[in-house]
Amino acid sequence: MELLAFGDTGWGDELFYATLMTIAVSITAMIIGFVFAAIFTPLKLSKSKLSNFIANSYTTVIRGVPELLVIYLFFFGGSGAVMFVASIFGYNEYIEINAFITGAFAIGIISGAYSTEVFRGAVQSIDKGQFEAANVLGLGKFGKFFKIILPQTLRLAIPNLSNVWQITLKDTSLISVTGLVEIMRQSYIAAGSTRDPLFFYSFAAVLYLLLTFVSMKLINKLEVKYSRGY
Amino acid sequence: MDLELMINSFPKLLSAAVITLKLLSVSLIIGLFIGLLFAILRLNKNILINKFAYGYSYIFRGTPLLVQIFIIYFGLGQIEYLRTTFLWVILKEPYWCAIIAFALNTGAYTSEILRSAFQTIKPGIVEAGQSLGISSKIIFYKIQIPIAIRQSLPAYGNEIILMMKGTSLASTVTIMDLTGVAKYIISTTFKPIEVFILAGGIYLFMTFCIHNLIQLLEKKYKY
Repeated sequence: MELLAFGDTGWGDELFYATLMTIAVSITAMIIGFVFAAIFTPLKLSKSKLSNFIANSYTTVIRGVPELLVIYLFFFGGSGAVMFVASIFGYNEYIEINAFITGAFAIGIISGAYSTEVFRGAVQSIDKGQFEAANVLGLGKFGKFFKIILPQTLRLAIPNLSNVWQITLKDTSLISVTGLVEIMRQSYIAAGSTRDPLFFYSFAAVLYLLLTFVSMKLINKLEVKYSRGY
Repeated sequence: MDLELMINSFPKLLSAAVITLKLLSVSLIIGLFIGLLFAILRLNKNILINKFAYGYSYIFRGTPLLVQIFIIYFGLGQIEYLRTTFLWVILKEPYWCAIIAFALNTGAYTSEILRSAFQTIKPGIVEAGQSLGISSKIIFYKIQIPIAIRQSLPAYGNEIILMMKGTSLASTVTIMDLTGVAKYIISTTFKPIEVFILAGGIYLFMTFCIHNLIQLLEKKYKY
């Protein structure tokens, strides 16, 4: 137990901050994922063949390639890509992107591919009559989307989005390879310096279980809130 | 684009893909047995057995695969007693540690898939078997299992693809699988995009094959 003491003697406070880091990366990645989903879901649902092709390539490639490989691409290629863009604007110094942004972006792109599929499924399962009723009521494009389609989409999407959240949360453990100090990286450091890997990795597992457990409880509440009236 | 690098590294990546496939197939076979065992335990009426099986699947589905590999590879070696038993022959090899972790992980997901498949079997089918005087053992092996397998094929196909992506984590315990070799080439040449296209392409090709294979099986087992 003294291994988990807060302060200089134990790893309690380090692991606590590492847990906060995991939560922060997961939430950031999830939000980035939503941005990607907001871009690609309409492309998937659009009638244009080209838009469909673009969106399908995105979800197929990301869901068919290991997360770790995507993270390596961003880790090794991220600063190169940013420097390339910067050099167009005449800036030729070395730019290093921080591990948080690289990691959150890599996981966000992955989570976005799953979210896109979830939202596509949710929109497609909304009754056609709802769209027609909105038209009949004379709602504009925005009114139709925000008042009629989006609330129903959310209700249908929340159970599946909670799966996406779980995947995203677990995927953040892979960012440890880039050196960002989240739960996995911190356990690796602690295990290395105390030579007690069994304890620290098991403790990391407990932390992840706790995170998934608590977030499931919260999401269930959200689900109840959005399905009121049904 | 560095075409020369791509041509040179393609054979290396292909031979690493064979290791990925080996890891995948061995852990899927072991995982299928674990999954079936725990699915049966889940359907047991004894609360203790039931809770045990549920706990197993909850823990393995609620923690990242990376943690599981690290506990088995780095953690178990710490127990002095284990080092004296024959198990150490297996546990000191990163290859087998990875396979144990993958098999236990996919076993947890498979047990959930099979459990829900067993639960969706209509009771009428089992009752029909009983009324024909077939023993409950034969009902289970000849009626329930085949139906459950057919029911769970689509979900199991997804699980195979997820597991194939999961094998990439073997590279974190020094195994040179497809991702391991790709990372090695990237970190020595600093050409991430070229290598990503090749390695990602090979992974996508494998996903494509698995997907089609499952669809073929689904067609075959349709009734």
